[in-house]
Amino acid sequence: MADLSLGHFVVLGGVLFALGLFCVLTRRNAIGILMGIELVLNSANINYVAFARYNQAGYDGQVFAIFVIMLAAAEAAIGLAIVLGIYQRFETIDVEATDRLRQ
Amino acid sequence: MSITVVVFYLLAAVTVGSALGVAFANSIVYSAFALMGTLLGVAATFVLLGADFLGVVQLLVYVGGILVLTLFAVMLTHRISDVNVSNRAVGRLPGLVLVAVVFGWMVRVAGRAHWVVKDPGAPAPTTYGIGNALLTQYALPFEVASIVLLAALIGAVVVSRKEVKG
Repeated sequence: MADLSLGHFVVLGGVLFALGLFCVLTRRNAIGILMGIELVLNSANINYVAFARYNQAGYDGQVFAIFVIMLAAAEAAIGLAIVLGIYQRFETIDVEATDRLRQ
Repeated sequence: MSITVVVFYLLAAVTVGSALGVAFANSIVYSAFALMGTLLGVAATFVLLGADFLGVVQLLVYVGGILVLTLFAVMLTHRISDVNVSNRAVGRLPGLVLVAVVFGWMVRVAGRAHWVVKDPGAPAPTTYGIGNALLTQYALPFEVASIVLLAALIGAVVVSRKEVKG
């Protein structure tokens, strides 16, 4: 573990964050955007755990990561329910086609 | 180069490769399956960082829960005839430029920052400590989290059910 530095994990988290941001920016499918958000949340979790480990911060970082995972689960449930509702109403989940609040 | 470094690079290759698939795949179904590789890679990275319990939580909640939910949503909304369901709004090139700028800036900031790093030491089992932390120091956030989850589940049911008139 000695030759594996904090920078390795920070860069890995950064790459995941960038790819998630790209996913959010370029997808037009609402589910694709939600997947991008999952990537971003995972990169944040990697940073939490890595920083906690390399600072001997006890369990704080891991507990925060658990809360992030919990909120991601809630977000996925709500987000996908909304996506399904939009699909029932508009017959599409293209976020550019669903720009009205009501039909 | 020790074995942990080799393992790290293997895991990073799996994680980033799958994340590339998530970001660049044309079909949303391929994206969803590539997301599984990313989540598994992140779970293994947690284990590499000595967070064994968190790795299992990631496996159970993300791979077993969120990914299955996402796949269900993809299958319920995906129209097989509609090939271009994942068209680009921003366009790949402007998106790539923007993301490259953001990534370069992040790496620059991370490279210039001075971090106080201590020797992490040997990994130890974390379940006991996390359980203690959740029920003492983080008891209130833990309870609030359970209420948030309950509200989210009720909200998901209310949002996605079919309206029955009368």
